[in-house]
Amino acid sequence: MLKDIFVTPFADMVAAPDFLLQVLWEGLVSGILYALIALGFVLIFRSSRIFNFAQGIMVVFAALTLVGLHSFGIPAWIAVVLTLGVMYVLAMSIERVVLRPLVGQPDIILFMATIGITLFLIGGGEIIFGGENKVMITEELGIPTGDSVLEPWGGLLILQHLDITVVVVAAALVAVLLAFLNYTQMGRAIRALGDDHQAALSVGISLQTVWVLVWFIAGIIALVTGIAWGARAGVSFALEVIAYKALPVLMLGGLESITGAIIGGLMIGLLEKLFEIYWGQPLMGGNTETWFAFVLALIVLLFRPQGLFGEKIIERV
Amino acid sequence: MKDTEGYVTADGRQIGGQLMELKNITLKFGGVTAISDISFDIHEGEIRAIIGPNGAGKSSMLNIISGFYTPTEGELWYKGAKRPPMKPFEVARMGVARTFQNIALFEGMTVLDNVMTGRLTHMNAGIGAQALWWGKARDEEMENREKVERVIDFLEIQNIRKTPVGRLPYGLKKRVELARALAAEPSILLLDEPMAGMNVEEKEDMSRFILDVNDEFGTTICLIEHDMGVVMDLSDRVVVMDYGKKIGDGPPDEVRNNQDVIDAYLGVPH
Ligand SMILES: Nc1ncnc2c1ncn2[C@@H]1O[C@H](COP(=O)(O)OP(=O)(O)OP(=O)(O)O)[C@@H](O)[C@H]1O
Ligand SMILES: [Mg+2]
Repeated sequence: MLKDIFVTPFADMVAAPDFLLQVLWEGLVSGILYALIALGFVLIFRSSRIFNFAQGIMVVFAALTLVGLHSFGIPAWIAVVLTLGVMYVLAMSIERVVLRPLVGQPDIILFMATIGITLFLIGGGEIIFGGENKVMITEELGIPTGDSVLEPWGGLLILQHLDITVVVVAAALVAVLLAFLNYTQMGRAIRALGDDHQAALSVGISLQTVWVLVWFIAGIIALVTGIAWGARAGVSFALEVIAYKALPVLMLGGLESITGAIIGGLMIGLLEKLFEIYWGQPLMGGNTETWFAFVLALIVLLFRPQGLFGEKIIERV
Repeated sequence: MKDTEGYVTADGRQIGGQLMELKNITLKFGGVTAISDISFDIHEGEIRAIIGPNGAGKSSMLNIISGFYTPTEGELWYKGAKRPPMKPFEVARMGVARTFQNIALFEGMTVLDNVMTGRLTHMNAGIGAQALWWGKARDEEMENREKVERVIDFLEIQNIRKTPVGRLPYGLKKRVELARALAAEPSILLLDEPMAGMNVEEKEDMSRFILDVNDEFGTTICLIEHDMGVVMDLSDRVVVMDYGKKIGDGPPDEVRNNQDVIDAYLGVPH
């Protein structure tokens, strides 16, 4: 038994490095999407202390809108642009109708408000686009669907072109977001507001502008993840589970850390895949991916309550 | 002194006309009257100090000027126009920069990024342009960088440019906060106890910086300070507050000999 846990998996990894590579690649594909979603959470949390329960449904809503617009006869890429427009209007409406009136309310009220947004989007999405499952317009968007076969070390590595596209696009989006946050004035404003509210006001930062912006960024992220995930699993309300995968990422990375979200997301994507293949399937009958990330996060929290990258929590006596 | 025109200071500097005037300001927090019926003005190019014992209402006054508090009664005139109630970020965009009594910096950001945020009041390029780093946004970023580097040189913090602010000692944080306010090229600079908690050497440095800022850029400064010696050295005119009331107003020498002020500082019971 101990051998099955501590020796065999590693022996397998060494024996078939091409397969290990395959596993890591698949972990990376999910991981980068988790990282993106977690980034959306973190940006909203930092600038408004809101834990955005609606992130998951925003993924569904963005994907539904895209597919729905296309089904009305609008060309795929124009539908993407229009969907981005819809996400922007959504961000503005949320700021105007939900956040602005609730400014200064306790965190739990704001959290409840995002549950309200969730219910609203579920209802709205069903009324406008219908509740039945739909197919993502993968081909119409020009996303390649074939695969490439590589032979590392004389072995076999299959890369779905869809996955390659997802990794490239998601990594590019993360890079653009990081550059935006670090090297533009609006980006600095977002980070500043997360660090110190008063100071942010004193340098002329408008809360409302930043809020609209971070919710819009969350909307862009929702659309990208919606397309990526929808292309594999179809477009339905079940898509929102990808956002719940961000929870352990946030527990691991800390709610306030941008780096934490990215590294946490990648780590969970990779580790849950490795665990599933090398320990879960042989020893536990598989399907460990549904809970592994949560358990991992809980274990980390036992030792570091602030998460891996969070600020140190100062105990008050 | 009748102050709508400028005046000449004791050391012979020409001070401009009225930049800001506060008329009959009263501020209440529920039952507590933090400021009661205070009027004073700030002239272009002068260093104006507000002094007074703890709880006198000095910070509250600065918070009113910077828009963090809205006065219960009274008017605030700025650059010749009455200022309607405004949010702090709007006031900032009108050229009012400030520091805080309990340092408010962006601790997770580097010194350079902190000072860059001081330039946010000068932002013109749209968000879209910024996101894509094109044209105007890029030129603006370059221009901001240049101005910020000058401020950083001026305050002699080049060697910590890339250090996250959270790691700096207290005295340097105060200086970074001043740098951020200066980067805004404000019409009026509000400093809430810029030297509190500093050692003698740090105080001397800070005093020198404040004088240099005023001298080189002609920046109007309104500062709160407890250390009487420092106030006497720095300021052109002083407002003295006690229990929310104004008990003195004038050049340092005059104020120092005012009996009410002496009593307030010696703690004579009211
Ligand atoms: N936000 C607030 N809510 C309630 N009361 C306040 C608030 N801000 C200030 N006060 C009260 O107003 C009075 C003046 O406070 P203020 O901070 O302006 O004094 P100060 O002169 O700056 O004192 P110090 O020298 O200690 O900084 C105090 O009684 C204080 O408790
Ligand atoms: Mg004070």
